[in-house]
Amino acid sequence: MMPLLSTQDLQAFGLTLRLAATVTAMLLLLGTPLAWWLAQTRSRWQRPVAAVVALPLVLPPTVLGFYLLLLLGPHGAVGRLIAAMGLSALPFTFGGLVVGSVLYSLPFVVQPLHNAFEAIGVRPLEVAACLRASPFDRFFSIACPMALPGFITAAVLGFAHTMGEFGVVLMIGGNIPGQTRVLSMRIFDHVEAGEYSQAHTLSLCLLVFSFAALLAMSLLRPRRHERG
Amino acid sequence: MAEQRAPNLREKDGPRGVEATLAWRRGDLAIELDIALPSRGITALFGPSGAGKTSCLRAIAGLDRGSEGRLSLGDELWQDSARRVFVPPHRRRLGYVTQEASLFVHRSVAGNLDYGYRRAGRPKHIDRDALIDQFGLRALLGRSIEALSGGERQRVAIVRALLSDPSLLLFDEPLSALDATARNDLLGRLETLHAALAVPMIYVSHAIDEVARLADHLVLLDAGHVVAQGPLQATLTRLDLPATLVEAVGAVIEGTVAGHDAHDHLTELAFVGGTLFVPRRRDVVGQRLRCRIGARDVVLTHERQTGSSALNQIRARVIAMADADHPSQCLVQLDAGGSVLLARITRRSWHALALMPGSEVWAQVKAVALGA
Repeated sequence: MMPLLSTQDLQAFGLTLRLAATVTAMLLLLGTPLAWWLAQTRSRWQRPVAAVVALPLVLPPTVLGFYLLLLLGPHGAVGRLIAAMGLSALPFTFGGLVVGSVLYSLPFVVQPLHNAFEAIGVRPLEVAACLRASPFDRFFSIACPMALPGFITAAVLGFAHTMGEFGVVLMIGGNIPGQTRVLSMRIFDHVEAGEYSQAHTLSLCLLVFSFAALLAMSLLRPRRHERG
Repeated sequence: MAEQRAPNLREKDGPRGVEATLAWRRGDLAIELDIALPSRGITALFGPSGAGKTSCLRAIAGLDRGSEGRLSLGDELWQDSARRVFVPPHRRRLGYVTQEASLFVHRSVAGNLDYGYRRAGRPKHIDRDALIDQFGLRALLGRSIEALSGGERQRVAIVRALLSDPSLLLFDEPLSALDATARNDLLGRLETLHAALAVPMIYVSHAIDEVARLADHLVLLDAGHVVAQGPLQATLTRLDLPATLVEAVGAVIEGTVAGHDAHDHLTELAFVGGTLFVPRRRDVVGQRLRCRIGARDVVLTHERQTGSSALNQIRARVIAMADADHPSQCLVQLDAGGSVLLARITRRSWHALALMPGSEVWAQVKAVALGA
Protein backbone atom coordinates (compact mmCIF):
# COMPACT_ATOMS: atom_id res chain seq x y z
CA MET A 1 0.00 0.00 0.00
CA MET A 2 1.20 3.48 -0.89
CA PRO A 3 2.12 5.76 2.02
CA LEU A 4 -0.44 8.42 2.78
CA LEU A 5 1.89 11.20 1.72
CA SER A 6 4.70 10.83 -0.80
CA THR A 7 8.16 12.33 -0.22
CA GLN A 8 7.29 15.06 -2.67
CA ASP A 9 4.08 15.77 -0.81
CA LEU A 10 5.96 15.97 2.48
CA GLN A 11 8.52 18.26 0.88
CA ALA A 12 5.72 20.55 -0.32
CA PHE A 13 4.24 20.43 3.17
CA GLY A 14 7.51 21.45 4.82
CA LEU A 15 8.10 24.20 2.29
CA THR A 16 4.61 25.58 2.83
CA LEU A 17 5.05 25.64 6.61
CA ARG A 18 8.43 27.36 6.22
CA LEU A 19 6.91 29.92 3.88
CA ALA A 20 3.95 30.59 6.17
CA ALA A 21 6.18 30.97 9.24
CA THR A 22 8.59 33.32 7.45
CA VAL A 23 5.79 35.39 5.99
CA THR A 24 3.92 35.61 9.30
CA ALA A 25 7.05 36.76 11.12
CA MET A 26 7.74 39.39 8.46
CA LEU A 27 4.13 40.52 8.40
CA LEU A 28 4.05 41.05 12.16
CA LEU A 29 7.29 43.02 11.94
CA LEU A 30 6.10 45.20 9.05
CA GLY A 31 2.38 45.18 9.81
CA THR A 32 2.60 46.30 13.44
CA PRO A 33 4.16 49.71 12.80
CA LEU A 34 1.97 50.14 9.73
CA ALA A 35 -1.20 49.31 11.69
CA TRP A 36 -0.09 51.59 14.53
CA TRP A 37 0.47 54.43 12.07
CA LEU A 38 -2.95 53.81 10.47
CA ALA A 39 -4.60 53.85 13.91
CA GLN A 40 -2.79 56.96 15.19
CA THR A 41 -2.23 59.27 12.25
CA ARG A 42 -4.39 62.18 11.25
CA SER A 43 -2.58 62.44 7.92
CA ARG A 44 -4.62 62.80 4.75
CA TRP A 45 -2.66 59.82 3.45
CA GLN A 46 -4.27 57.54 6.00
CA ARG A 47 -7.21 56.51 3.82
CA PRO A 48 -5.28 56.02 0.58
CA VAL A 49 -2.68 53.91 2.40
CA ALA A 50 -5.42 51.88 4.11
CA ALA A 51 -7.00 51.27 0.70
CA VAL A 52 -3.71 50.09 -0.80
CA VAL A 53 -3.18 47.72 2.13
CA ALA A 54 -6.69 46.33 1.61
CA LEU A 55 -6.25 45.86 -2.15
CA PRO A 56 -5.26 42.16 -1.99
CA LEU A 57 -8.64 41.45 -0.39
CA VAL A 58 -10.43 42.24 -3.65
CA LEU A 59 -7.70 41.94 -6.28
CA PRO A 60 -7.43 38.55 -8.06
CA PRO A 61 -4.17 37.01 -6.80
CA THR A 62 -3.13 36.37 -10.39
CA VAL A 63 -3.25 40.11 -11.06
CA LEU A 64 -1.07 40.82 -8.05
CA GLY A 65 1.29 38.01 -9.07
CA PHE A 66 1.43 39.26 -12.65
CA TYR A 67 2.43 42.79 -11.65
CA LEU A 68 4.94 41.47 -9.15
CA LEU A 69 6.43 39.32 -11.89
CA LEU A 70 6.80 42.36 -14.11
CA LEU A 71 8.14 44.52 -11.29
CA LEU A 72 10.61 41.96 -9.93
CA GLY A 73 11.59 40.51 -13.32
CA PRO A 74 14.88 41.37 -15.04
CA HIS A 75 13.23 44.29 -16.88
CA GLY A 76 11.15 45.56 -13.95
CA ALA A 77 12.18 48.56 -11.87
CA VAL A 78 12.72 46.59 -8.69
CA GLY A 79 14.30 43.70 -10.59
CA ARG A 80 16.89 45.99 -12.15
CA LEU A 81 17.60 47.56 -8.77
CA ILE A 82 18.13 44.13 -7.26
CA ALA A 83 20.39 43.15 -10.14
CA ALA A 84 22.34 46.39 -9.76
CA MET A 85 22.87 45.54 -6.08
CA GLY A 86 24.40 42.27 -7.20
CA LEU A 87 21.61 40.11 -5.80
CA SER A 88 19.98 37.26 -7.68
CA ALA A 89 16.56 37.81 -9.24
CA LEU A 90 13.53 37.06 -7.08
CA PRO A 91 10.99 35.46 -9.45
CA PHE A 92 10.81 31.67 -9.23
CA THR A 93 12.69 31.58 -5.93
CA PHE A 94 11.66 31.12 -2.31
CA GLY A 95 12.51 34.77 -1.69
CA GLY A 96 10.14 35.79 -4.47
CA LEU A 97 7.42 33.68 -2.88
CA VAL A 98 8.00 35.41 0.46
CA VAL A 99 7.73 38.87 -1.11
CA GLY A 100 4.56 37.93 -3.01
CA SER A 101 2.97 36.29 0.01
CA VAL A 102 3.78 39.19 2.31
CA LEU A 103 1.97 41.58 -0.01
CA TYR A 104 -0.90 39.18 -0.58
CA SER A 105 -1.48 38.47 3.13
CA LEU A 106 -0.81 42.04 4.31
CA PRO A 107 -4.45 43.03 4.92
CA PHE A 108 -5.06 39.86 6.93
CA VAL A 109 -2.46 41.01 9.44
CA VAL A 110 -2.76 44.80 9.25
CA GLN A 111 -6.54 45.02 9.56
CA PRO A 112 -6.93 43.03 12.82
CA LEU A 113 -4.02 44.98 14.30
CA HIS A 114 -5.42 48.29 13.10
CA ASN A 115 -8.81 47.46 14.63
CA ALA A 116 -7.22 46.30 17.88
CA PHE A 117 -5.14 49.46 18.20
CA GLU A 118 -8.15 51.64 17.43
CA ALA A 119 -10.29 49.81 19.98
CA ILE A 120 -7.89 50.84 22.76
CA GLY A 121 -8.94 54.47 22.30
CA VAL A 122 -6.88 57.50 23.25
CA ARG A 123 -7.72 57.45 26.96
CA PRO A 124 -5.37 54.70 28.20
CA LEU A 125 -2.54 56.22 26.19
CA GLU A 126 -3.20 59.69 27.59
CA VAL A 127 -3.36 58.29 31.10
CA ALA A 128 -0.02 56.55 30.55
CA ALA A 129 1.45 59.81 29.22
CA CYS A 130 0.35 61.55 32.43
CA LEU A 131 2.11 58.76 34.35
CA ARG A 132 5.38 59.66 32.67
CA ALA A 133 5.41 57.06 29.90
CA SER A 134 7.11 58.22 26.68
CA PRO A 135 5.42 57.47 23.32
CA PHE A 136 7.72 54.47 22.81
CA ASP A 137 7.04 53.23 26.34
CA ARG A 138 3.26 53.67 25.84
CA PHE A 139 3.36 51.58 22.68
CA PHE A 140 5.01 48.63 24.43
CA SER A 141 3.47 48.90 27.90
CA ILE A 142 -0.09 49.84 26.93
CA ALA A 143 -0.88 49.46 23.24
CA CYS A 144 0.71 46.06 22.60
CA PRO A 145 -0.61 44.24 25.69
CA MET A 146 -4.08 45.71 25.18
CA ALA A 147 -4.03 44.70 21.50
CA LEU A 148 -2.91 41.14 22.26
CA PRO A 149 -6.11 39.51 20.90
CA GLY A 150 -5.53 41.47 17.70
CA PHE A 151 -1.99 40.09 17.45
CA ILE A 152 -3.27 36.53 17.86
CA THR A 153 -5.93 37.03 15.19
CA ALA A 154 -3.41 38.69 12.87
CA ALA A 155 -0.83 35.91 13.25
CA VAL A 156 -3.33 33.10 12.74
CA LEU A 157 -4.99 34.73 9.73
CA GLY A 158 -1.66 35.65 8.15
CA PHE A 159 -0.29 32.16 8.65
CA ALA A 160 -3.41 30.32 7.47
CA HIS A 161 -3.89 32.59 4.49
CA THR A 162 -0.30 32.07 3.35
CA MET A 163 -0.67 28.31 3.76
CA GLY A 164 -3.39 28.16 1.17
CA GLU A 165 -2.37 30.71 -1.44
CA PHE A 166 -2.21 29.69 -5.06
CA GLY A 167 -2.57 32.47 -7.58
CA VAL A 168 0.40 34.58 -6.52
CA VAL A 169 2.55 31.45 -6.24
CA LEU A 170 1.50 30.33 -9.68
CA MET A 171 2.53 33.63 -11.24
CA ILE A 172 5.71 34.44 -9.37
CA GLY A 173 6.90 31.17 -7.86
CA GLY A 174 6.38 28.59 -10.52
CA ASN A 175 6.44 24.98 -9.41
CA ILE A 176 10.02 24.09 -8.52
CA PRO A 177 10.24 21.15 -6.07
CA GLY A 178 11.79 22.18 -2.75
CA GLN A 179 11.91 25.81 -3.88
CA THR A 180 8.49 27.04 -4.76
CA ARG A 181 6.29 23.96 -4.98
CA VAL A 182 3.89 24.60 -2.11
CA LEU A 183 0.85 22.55 -1.04
CA SER A 184 -1.69 24.27 -3.21
CA MET A 185 0.52 23.71 -6.30
CA ARG A 186 0.96 20.07 -5.31
CA ILE A 187 -2.80 19.61 -5.03
CA PHE A 188 -3.23 21.18 -8.44
CA ASP A 189 -0.59 18.79 -9.87
CA HIS A 190 -2.31 15.78 -8.36
CA VAL A 191 -5.67 16.79 -9.80
CA GLU A 192 -4.10 17.46 -13.21
CA ALA A 193 -2.59 13.98 -13.10
CA GLY A 194 -5.89 12.44 -12.03
CA GLU A 195 -4.48 11.45 -8.62
CA TYR A 196 -7.60 12.34 -6.73
CA SER A 197 -6.87 10.38 -3.56
CA GLN A 198 -3.53 12.18 -3.05
CA ALA A 199 -5.21 15.52 -3.79
CA HIS A 200 -7.82 14.49 -1.27
CA THR A 201 -5.29 13.79 1.48
CA LEU A 202 -3.51 17.12 1.02
CA SER A 203 -6.74 19.08 0.71
CA LEU A 204 -8.06 17.48 3.86
CA CYS A 205 -4.84 18.41 5.66
CA LEU A 206 -5.33 22.07 4.68
CA LEU A 207 -9.01 21.97 5.59
CA VAL A 208 -8.31 20.53 9.04
CA PHE A 209 -5.46 22.96 9.55
CA SER A 210 -7.60 25.97 8.64
CA PHE A 211 -10.39 24.85 10.94
CA ALA A 212 -7.95 24.19 13.79
CA ALA A 213 -6.38 27.60 13.28
CA LEU A 214 -9.70 29.41 13.49
CA LEU A 215 -10.77 27.35 16.51
CA ALA A 216 -7.47 28.01 18.28
CA MET A 217 -7.90 31.71 17.53
CA SER A 218 -11.26 31.89 19.23
CA LEU A 219 -10.06 29.77 22.17
CA LEU A 220 -6.96 31.90 22.66
CA ARG A 221 -8.93 35.10 22.67
CA PRO A 222 -9.47 36.13 26.29
CA ARG A 223 -13.11 35.98 27.20
CA ARG A 224 -14.67 39.32 28.03
CA HIS A 225 -15.31 39.60 31.73
CA GLU A 226 -18.85 40.23 32.79
CA ARG A 227 -19.03 43.53 34.63
CA GLY A 228 -20.90 43.03 37.90
CA MET B 1 -18.17 91.78 33.26
CA ALA B 2 -14.54 92.68 33.50
CA GLU B 3 -12.03 89.99 34.21
CA GLN B 4 -10.29 90.61 37.43
CA ARG B 5 -7.15 89.15 38.84
CA ALA B 6 -7.18 89.21 42.59
CA PRO B 7 -4.02 91.01 43.67
CA ASN B 8 -3.75 89.07 46.92
CA LEU B 9 -3.79 85.70 45.18
CA ARG B 10 -0.06 85.29 45.08
CA GLU B 11 2.12 85.78 48.09
CA LYS B 12 4.49 88.57 47.24
CA ASP B 13 7.74 86.65 47.27
CA GLY B 14 6.36 83.17 47.64
CA PRO B 15 6.94 80.40 45.11
CA ARG B 16 4.76 80.45 42.04
CA GLY B 17 2.34 77.76 40.98
CA VAL B 18 0.59 77.35 37.65
CA GLU B 19 0.58 80.51 35.57
CA ALA B 20 -1.24 80.34 32.28
CA THR B 21 -2.37 82.65 29.54
CA LEU B 22 -3.74 80.26 26.95
CA ALA B 23 -6.35 80.62 24.25
CA TRP B 24 -7.90 77.98 22.02
CA ARG B 25 -11.17 76.84 20.51
CA ARG B 26 -13.21 73.80 21.40
CA GLY B 27 -15.92 73.49 18.79
CA ASP B 28 -17.93 76.71 18.94
CA LEU B 29 -16.52 77.76 22.29
CA ALA B 30 -13.58 80.13 22.39
CA ILE B 31 -11.69 79.47 25.61
CA GLU B 32 -9.34 81.88 27.30
CA LEU B 33 -7.54 80.69 30.37
CA ASP B 34 -5.78 83.44 32.27
CA ILE B 35 -4.80 82.26 35.71
CA ALA B 36 -2.07 82.61 38.31
CA LEU B 37 -2.39 80.00 41.01
CA PRO B 38 -0.59 79.56 44.32
CA SER B 39 2.13 76.95 44.63
CA ARG B 40 0.32 75.01 47.33
CA GLY B 41 -3.18 73.95 48.21
CA ILE B 42 -6.21 73.05 46.17
CA THR B 43 -7.54 75.37 43.50
CA ALA B 44 -11.04 74.57 42.39
CA LEU B 45 -11.94 75.21 38.78
CA PHE B 46 -15.65 75.72 39.12
CA GLY B 47 -18.35 76.56 36.63
CA PRO B 48 -21.49 75.30 34.93
CA SER B 49 -21.22 72.32 32.61
CA GLY B 50 -20.04 73.34 29.17
CA ALA B 51 -17.93 76.18 30.60
CA GLY B 52 -14.76 74.49 29.38
CA LYS B 53 -13.39 73.18 32.69
CA THR B 54 -12.16 69.82 31.40
CA SER B 55 -10.78 71.48 28.30
CA CYS B 56 -8.72 73.78 30.54
CA LEU B 57 -7.35 70.84 32.49
CA ARG B 58 -6.39 69.04 29.28
CA ALA B 59 -4.63 72.17 28.03
CA ILE B 60 -2.66 72.44 31.27
CA ALA B 61 -1.74 68.75 31.02
CA GLY B 62 -0.64 69.24 27.42
CA LEU B 63 -3.03 66.60 26.13
CA ASP B 64 -4.53 68.96 23.56
CA ARG B 65 -2.00 70.83 21.51
CA GLY B 66 -4.41 73.35 20.02
CA SER B 67 -3.81 76.16 22.49
CA GLU B 68 -1.69 79.26 21.96
CA GLY B 69 0.04 81.15 24.72
CA ARG B 70 2.22 80.56 27.70
CA LEU B 71 2.05 78.08 30.55
CA SER B 72 4.42 77.45 33.42
CA LEU B 73 4.60 75.76 36.78
CA GLY B 74 6.95 77.62 39.07
CA ASP B 75 10.24 77.91 37.21
CA GLU B 76 9.36 75.19 34.71
CA LEU B 77 8.18 76.50 31.37
CA TRP B 78 5.72 74.01 29.86
CA GLN B 79 4.47 75.92 26.88
CA ASP B 80 5.40 79.11 25.08
CA SER B 81 3.90 79.34 21.61
CA ALA B 82 5.99 82.40 20.75
CA ARG B 83 9.17 80.44 21.35
CA ARG B 84 7.77 77.14 20.07
CA VAL B 85 8.20 75.51 23.45
CA PHE B 86 5.90 72.62 24.21
CA VAL B 87 6.78 70.08 26.89
CA PRO B 88 4.88 66.83 26.22
CA PRO B 89 2.66 65.47 29.03
CA HIS B 90 5.01 62.67 30.03
CA ARG B 91 7.71 65.20 30.94
CA ARG B 92 5.40 67.47 32.97
CA ARG B 93 5.19 65.29 36.11
CA LEU B 94 1.42 65.30 36.34
CA GLY B 95 -1.02 63.37 38.44
CA TYR B 96 -4.17 63.32 36.34
CA VAL B 97 -7.35 61.75 37.69
CA THR B 98 -10.39 61.71 35.43
CA GLN B 99 -14.11 61.47 36.02
CA GLU B 100 -14.35 57.77 35.28
CA ALA B 101 -11.25 55.95 36.46
CA SER B 102 -9.21 55.04 33.43
CA LEU B 103 -7.33 52.17 34.94
CA PHE B 104 -5.32 49.81 32.78
CA VAL B 105 -7.53 46.72 32.49
CA HIS B 106 -4.61 44.52 31.47
CA ARG B 107 -2.91 45.12 34.82
CA SER B 108 -3.84 44.26 38.39
CA VAL B 109 -4.44 46.93 41.02
CA ALA B 110 -0.79 46.71 42.10
CA GLY B 111 0.29 46.81 38.44
CA ASN B 112 -1.70 50.00 37.97
CA LEU B 113 -0.33 51.60 41.14
CA ASP B 114 3.26 50.82 40.19
CA TYR B 115 3.00 52.02 36.58
CA GLY B 116 3.84 55.63 37.37
CA TYR B 117 5.71 54.83 40.60
CA ARG B 118 8.25 52.71 38.70
CA ARG B 119 8.66 55.33 35.97
CA ALA B 120 9.22 58.00 38.61
CA GLY B 121 12.11 55.86 39.88
CA ARG B 122 10.38 54.67 43.09
CA PRO B 123 11.24 57.93 44.89
CA LYS B 124 12.22 57.55 48.55
CA HIS B 125 10.12 60.47 49.75
CA ILE B 126 6.91 58.77 48.63
CA ASP B 127 5.56 56.34 51.20
CA ARG B 128 3.84 53.78 48.99
CA ASP B 129 2.60 51.65 51.87
CA ALA B 130 1.16 54.60 53.75
CA LEU B 131 -0.76 55.82 50.71
CA ILE B 132 -2.11 52.33 50.03
CA ASP B 133 -3.36 52.12 53.62
CA GLN B 134 -4.67 55.68 53.67
CA PHE B 135 -6.92 54.89 50.71
CA GLY B 136 -7.81 51.40 51.90
CA LEU B 137 -6.28 49.54 48.97
CA ARG B 138 -4.22 46.95 50.88
CA ALA B 139 -6.74 44.15 50.38
CA LEU B 140 -7.27 44.99 46.71
CA LEU B 141 -3.67 44.87 45.47
CA GLY B 142 -3.93 41.50 43.75
CA ARG B 143 -7.38 42.09 42.27
CA SER B 144 -8.13 42.63 38.62
CA ILE B 145 -9.66 45.96 37.64
CA GLU B 146 -12.90 44.33 36.54
CA ALA B 147 -13.51 43.17 40.10
CA LEU B 148 -13.51 46.70 41.57
CA SER B 149 -16.44 48.95 42.44
CA GLY B 150 -16.61 52.52 41.15
CA GLY B 151 -15.33 53.97 44.41
CA GLU B 152 -12.46 51.48 44.57
CA ARG B 153 -11.45 52.32 41.01
CA GLN B 154 -11.27 56.03 41.81
CA ARG B 155 -9.19 55.33 44.91
CA VAL B 156 -6.76 53.28 42.81
CA ALA B 157 -6.60 56.04 40.19
CA ILE B 158 -5.88 58.67 42.86
CA VAL B 159 -3.14 56.67 44.58
CA ARG B 160 -1.66 55.77 41.20
CA ALA B 161 -1.41 59.49 40.42
CA LEU B 162 0.08 60.31 43.84
CA LEU B 163 2.69 57.54 43.52
CA SER B 164 4.03 58.96 40.26
CA ASP B 165 5.68 61.78 42.23
CA PRO B 166 3.71 64.57 40.54
CA SER B 167 4.57 68.24 40.70
CA LEU B 168 0.96 69.13 39.89
CA LEU B 169 -2.24 67.19 40.54
CA LEU B 170 -5.11 67.58 38.09
CA PHE B 171 -8.40 66.14 39.32
CA ASP B 172 -11.31 66.22 36.87
CA GLU B 173 -14.57 65.64 38.74
CA PRO B 174 -13.22 62.53 40.44
CA LEU B 175 -16.39 62.06 42.50
CA SER B 176 -19.11 62.80 39.97
CA ALA B 177 -19.60 59.22 38.76
CA LEU B 178 -19.90 57.78 42.28
CA ASP B 179 -22.94 56.96 44.41
CA ALA B 180 -23.53 59.03 47.55
CA THR B 181 -21.83 56.63 49.97
CA ALA B 182 -18.68 56.22 47.90
CA ARG B 183 -18.64 59.95 47.22
CA ASN B 184 -18.77 60.88 50.92
CA ASP B 185 -16.10 58.32 51.75
CA LEU B 186 -13.74 59.62 49.10
CA LEU B 187 -14.49 63.27 49.91
CA GLY B 188 -13.39 62.56 53.49
CA ARG B 189 -10.18 60.91 52.27
CA LEU B 190 -9.48 63.88 50.00
CA GLU B 191 -9.91 66.26 52.95
CA THR B 192 -7.28 64.24 54.82
CA LEU B 193 -5.05 64.27 51.76
CA HIS B 194 -5.51 68.04 51.45
CA ALA B 195 -4.02 68.64 54.89
CA ALA B 196 -0.80 66.80 53.97
CA LEU B 197 -0.55 67.81 50.33
CA ALA B 198 2.84 69.23 49.36
CA VAL B 199 2.07 69.91 45.69
CA PRO B 200 -0.63 72.11 44.16
CA MET B 201 -3.83 70.56 42.91
CA ILE B 202 -6.34 71.84 40.38
CA TYR B 203 -9.70 70.32 41.12
CA VAL B 204 -12.44 70.58 38.51
CA SER B 205 -15.97 70.35 39.83
CA HIS B 206 -19.48 71.55 39.26
CA ALA B 207 -20.59 70.55 42.78
CA ILE B 208 -20.25 73.53 45.11
CA ASP B 209 -20.22 71.40 48.26
CA GLU B 210 -17.06 69.60 47.07
CA VAL B 211 -15.47 72.94 46.29
CA ALA B 212 -16.45 74.38 49.69
CA ARG B 213 -14.95 71.43 51.54
CA LEU B 214 -11.73 71.01 49.57
CA ALA B 215 -10.61 74.21 47.88
CA ASP B 216 -8.36 76.98 49.17
CA HIS B 217 -8.57 79.00 46.00
CA LEU B 218 -11.18 79.32 43.39
CA VAL B 219 -11.24 79.99 39.66
CA LEU B 220 -14.73 80.59 38.35
CA LEU B 221 -15.21 79.74 34.73
CA ASP B 222 -18.16 80.68 32.56
CA ALA B 223 -18.52 80.16 28.80
CA GLY B 224 -14.80 79.64 28.34
CA HIS B 225 -13.69 82.66 30.36
CA VAL B 226 -12.30 83.17 33.82
CA VAL B 227 -14.84 85.45 35.50
CA ALA B 228 -13.23 85.53 38.93
CA GLN B 229 -10.34 84.01 40.78
CA GLY B 230 -8.98 84.32 44.26
CA PRO B 231 -9.13 82.86 47.75
CA LEU B 232 -12.17 80.64 48.17
CA GLN B 233 -14.11 82.62 50.79
CA ALA B 234 -13.57 86.00 49.16
CA THR B 235 -14.43 84.77 45.68
CA LEU B 236 -17.57 82.91 46.69
CA THR B 237 -18.99 85.98 48.42
CA ARG B 238 -18.47 88.34 45.50
CA LEU B 239 -21.54 90.17 44.28
CA ASP B 240 -20.46 90.64 40.66
CA LEU B 241 -20.61 87.04 39.44
CA PRO B 242 -22.59 86.17 36.32
CA ALA B 243 -26.08 84.73 36.65
CA THR B 244 -24.96 81.20 35.76
CA LEU B 245 -22.83 81.10 38.91
CA VAL B 246 -25.09 82.95 41.29
CA GLU B 247 -26.61 79.76 42.72
CA ALA B 248 -23.19 78.73 43.94
CA VAL B 249 -22.42 81.89 45.88
CA GLY B 250 -22.48 81.86 49.63
CA ALA B 251 -20.19 81.99 52.58
CA VAL B 252 -17.76 79.28 53.51
CA ILE B 253 -17.01 79.54 57.19
CA GLU B 254 -13.89 77.89 58.48
CA GLY B 255 -13.57 77.38 62.20
CA THR B 256 -12.69 74.84 64.84
CA VAL B 257 -14.95 72.37 66.58
CA ALA B 258 -15.71 73.92 69.95
CA GLY B 259 -17.80 71.10 71.33
CA HIS B 260 -20.53 68.57 70.78
CA ASP B 261 -23.98 68.44 72.27
CA ALA B 262 -24.59 64.73 72.57
CA HIS B 263 -28.21 65.15 73.68
CA ASP B 264 -29.33 67.27 70.73
CA HIS B 265 -26.80 65.80 68.26
CA LEU B 266 -25.27 69.15 67.44
CA THR B 267 -21.72 70.32 66.90
CA GLU B 268 -20.64 73.83 67.83
CA LEU B 269 -18.23 75.52 65.49
CA ALA B 270 -16.23 78.55 66.61
CA PHE B 271 -15.20 80.97 63.89
CA VAL B 272 -14.06 84.56 63.52
CA GLY B 273 -17.30 86.41 64.13
CA GLY B 274 -19.18 83.99 66.36
CA THR B 275 -20.24 80.41 66.73
CA LEU B 276 -22.44 78.17 64.64
CA PHE B 277 -24.45 75.10 65.52
CA VAL B 278 -24.39 72.46 62.81
CA PRO B 279 -25.80 68.92 62.75
CA ARG B 280 -23.48 66.56 64.64
CA ARG B 281 -20.17 65.93 62.85
CA ARG B 282 -17.69 63.22 63.66
CA ASP B 283 -14.76 65.64 63.91
CA VAL B 284 -13.07 65.87 67.30
CA VAL B 285 -12.95 69.04 69.40
CA GLY B 286 -10.24 71.40 68.16
CA GLN B 287 -10.29 70.08 64.60
CA ARG B 288 -10.70 72.58 61.80
CA LEU B 289 -14.01 72.37 60.04
CA ARG B 290 -15.63 74.06 57.09
CA CYS B 291 -19.23 74.90 56.73
CA ARG B 292 -20.98 76.40 53.74
CA ILE B 293 -23.81 78.87 54.35
CA GLY B 294 -25.83 79.22 51.20
CA ALA B 295 -27.16 82.72 50.50
CA ARG B 296 -30.72 81.34 50.37
CA ASP B 297 -30.44 79.99 53.92
CA VAL B 298 -29.84 83.35 55.59
CA VAL B 299 -32.66 85.48 57.06
CA LEU B 300 -31.96 89.07 58.10
CA THR B 301 -33.60 90.76 61.09
CA HIS B 302 -33.06 94.03 62.94
CA GLU B 303 -33.29 92.52 66.40
CA ARG B 304 -31.95 89.35 67.90
CA GLN B 305 -34.93 87.00 67.88
CA THR B 306 -36.03 85.15 70.97
CA GLY B 307 -38.91 83.25 69.51
CA SER B 308 -37.15 81.85 66.46
CA SER B 309 -36.41 78.25 65.54
CA ALA B 310 -33.23 79.33 63.77
CA LEU B 311 -30.43 78.15 66.08
CA ASN B 312 -27.80 80.47 64.70
CA GLN B 313 -27.97 84.22 65.02
CA ILE B 314 -24.91 86.12 63.92
CA ARG B 315 -24.32 89.83 64.40
CA ALA B 316 -23.31 91.42 61.10
CA ARG B 317 -23.04 94.68 59.23
CA VAL B 318 -24.23 95.22 55.67
CA ILE B 319 -21.32 95.84 53.31
CA ALA B 320 -23.07 96.06 49.96
CA MET B 321 -26.09 94.98 47.97
CA ALA B 322 -26.36 93.80 44.38
CA ASP B 323 -28.98 92.48 41.99
CA ALA B 324 -29.66 88.77 42.06
CA ASP B 325 -30.58 86.76 38.98
CA HIS B 326 -34.30 87.38 39.59
CA PRO B 327 -35.69 90.94 39.65
CA SER B 328 -37.56 90.30 42.91
CA GLN B 329 -34.36 89.50 44.78
CA CYS B 330 -31.05 90.95 45.80
CA LEU B 331 -27.81 89.71 47.30
CA VAL B 332 -26.61 91.30 50.51
CA GLN B 333 -22.98 91.07 51.49
CA LEU B 334 -22.41 91.06 55.25
CA ASP B 335 -19.42 91.43 57.51
CA ALA B 336 -19.74 89.20 60.56
CA GLY B 337 -16.76 90.22 62.67
CA GLY B 338 -14.33 89.56 59.84
CA SER B 339 -16.13 86.70 58.11
CA VAL B 340 -18.08 87.57 55.00
CA LEU B 341 -21.62 86.21 54.74
CA LEU B 342 -24.05 86.46 51.88
CA ALA B 343 -27.83 86.65 52.12
CA ARG B 344 -30.32 86.40 49.29
CA ILE B 345 -33.45 88.33 50.25
CA THR B 346 -36.33 89.95 48.39
CA ARG B 347 -36.09 93.58 47.37
CA ARG B 348 -39.29 94.14 49.32
CA SER B 349 -37.53 93.01 52.52
CA TRP B 350 -34.51 95.16 51.73
CA HIS B 351 -36.79 98.19 51.57
CA ALA B 352 -39.06 97.13 54.44
CA LEU B 353 -36.06 96.79 56.76
CA ALA B 354 -34.66 100.07 55.37
CA LEU B 355 -31.28 98.41 54.90
CA MET B 356 -28.27 100.18 53.50
CA PRO B 357 -24.52 99.70 53.62
CA GLY B 358 -23.51 100.10 57.26
CA SER B 359 -26.79 98.80 58.71
CA GLU B 360 -26.43 96.52 61.72
CA VAL B 361 -28.42 93.29 61.35
CA TRP B 362 -28.74 89.80 62.73
CA ALA B 363 -28.22 86.99 60.27
CA GLN B 364 -30.29 83.97 61.16
CA VAL B 365 -29.22 80.62 59.82
CA LYS B 366 -31.11 77.38 60.35
CA ALA B 367 -28.71 74.69 61.61
CA VAL B 368 -30.73 72.29 59.45
CA ALA B 369 -29.41 74.08 56.36
CA LEU B 370 -25.83 73.37 57.40
CA GLY B 371 -26.05 69.61 57.07
CA ALA B 372 -22.96 67.70 56.19
